[in-house]
Amino acid sequence: MSNTTAAAAQERLGLLRVLGPGHVWALGVGIVLVGEYMGWNFSVGKGGMIAGLVACWVAGLLYTCVAMIDSEVTSTVAAAGGQYAQAKHIVGPLMAFNVGLFLVMAYTMLEAANAITIGFLLDTVAGMLGHSGLNQKPFIILTILALAWLNYRGVLASLSFNFIITAFAFVAIIVLFLSVQFGASAVPLDFSAVSNEPLPYGWLGIVAALHFGLWYYLGIEGTCQAAEEVRSPARSLPFGTMAGIMTLLIAATLTWYVCSGLIPWEYLGNAGTPLFDAARVTGNSGLMVLLFIGTAFATTASANGCINDASRAWFSMGRDRYLPSWFGAVHPHYRTPYRSIVFLVPIALIFALGAPLDQVITFSILSGLLGYTFMTFNMVMFRRKWPLGTIKRGYVHPWHPLPALLLLLICGATYFAVFLGYGTQLIAMLSFYIIASLWFHFWRYRFVRRGDQFTMPWPRPIGY
Amino acid sequence: MAYQPPKQGLVGQIVDVFVLLVLTVGALYLPLYLGLAGAAKTPQPLENPTWEALGQNAAEQQQWAALGYPDAASANEMITARFDYTFSWTALIVMAVVVIGYFVLVVRLSEKEYREVIAERFGDRKN
Repeated sequence: MSNTTAAAAQERLGLLRVLGPGHVWALGVGIVLVGEYMGWNFSVGKGGMIAGLVACWVAGLLYTCVAMIDSEVTSTVAAAGGQYAQAKHIVGPLMAFNVGLFLVMAYTMLEAANAITIGFLLDTVAGMLGHSGLNQKPFIILTILALAWLNYRGVLASLSFNFIITAFAFVAIIVLFLSVQFGASAVPLDFSAVSNEPLPYGWLGIVAALHFGLWYYLGIEGTCQAAEEVRSPARSLPFGTMAGIMTLLIAATLTWYVCSGLIPWEYLGNAGTPLFDAARVTGNSGLMVLLFIGTAFATTASANGCINDASRAWFSMGRDRYLPSWFGAVHPHYRTPYRSIVFLVPIALIFALGAPLDQVITFSILSGLLGYTFMTFNMVMFRRKWPLGTIKRGYVHPWHPLPALLLLLICGATYFAVFLGYGTQLIAMLSFYIIASLWFHFWRYRFVRRGDQFTMPWPRPIGY
Repeated sequence: MAYQPPKQGLVGQIVDVFVLLVLTVGALYLPLYLGLAGAAKTPQPLENPTWEALGQNAAEQQQWAALGYPDAASANEMITARFDYTFSWTALIVMAVVVIGYFVLVVRLSEKEYREVIAERFGDRKN
């Protein structure tokens, strides 16, 4: 096992720097685009149509701060593993263990949410074809197992395919918007709810909607996972990530516009597949087929990427002995983290088969939110331990500490948003992380090699 | 001298894996399964509902029909369901304490571990 692990480490050191800003953009948009196809609309359910749009833009501001901060730290800690590697070098092992868990839980819950959506989509289409009451569970199980098997066998081909089907899903949103604008819908766009019932929950609804507003962009920070493979991190990471956020902001606004105009907000706030539902309302069979394929592609691509990212985060923690080293093994033939892939399958299945979509999404959002909160003090500690000029930074973000403070403020508002309606899940999730942290510090940490946790060629941090 | 971690046997690793699995399912899934967590959205359906009483204009009625809700009665529960955002300040303060407490706990315990990492990587300052 140790030989294969060492071989994997050697292989990682040799990763080629071949990616440009366009690749970074594609990576970010590819992970996140599914957020336009499902989940974002629960923000409309929590606050109404206007609140959904405000949440979309405020969440865009949150992710702009995330991109600014992450671009500086990642272009300096240019190691595979993204925020996990950052936490090891800047805050400490327990924080890194938590950040690793944030990544695993956010991606595994997103994978479960994608599988639920595929089952729901097929059930809806079966109902439209006169076969109502389709059992969704076999399709959910099949989706997770098939994608896990693909990842087990190696993902190069499937990730390349991901790029194509994500592009298709993006074009489908544009085509739907243009078609509706040019009269392809049998039912007119209607925004009367904006004037008749703009804020059904008052101003509190705008804050509450922020909870699911994050779903429009959740995962864009995954661009930083590719830091080791980017030709010019200083230029490519901030440019690619910011371009990705701008693309998603446009796509999110178009999605809100079409869905809010074609679907009553009370339905939209509960819809499992809002863009496909918007196509159904148009009565245009071509658009229905297009958005059916778009939804299926976006969810499949996202679930595939999630299995890839979650298993690699779990594998990294196994390799560092934060988890049993058994997970740090590489498959002798396929060279994939096969044990981590297999271990996470039952967890994804349990939540995909036994929990409602909005609650699975909430678990994913909460893990992401905890990760964004970490970024705020991580940034401050990074500048304090290694002030500007003491180490070579790939990129220095402007106006420090304003982005960190703004990010902290929006994170605080989002915790309150989750508390409104989903407070018990917030407490359940934090209980999970607190117990896991105590388990790590008082038991698991004894198996960790201390000095191996700091690998960057930096001077001693100030204050230590 | 560098810290030498103990070697963990197969049984110990299996126990750790089992603990993680139980922790994940116990803390996250069990509250959902027992109905202790979830969205507090409750329908308040009208008696003898009409589209007008439910505040739906002609265009919205067309939209509901296209979505498989042909009459007001079928959409009654969905249209009238609302979240209850009344909350107690005590619950809000408890939540804030738990969130802040969690980060304080993790950063403080990390700090202790980080000092060991730095001491081993760069050498003890006293030496």
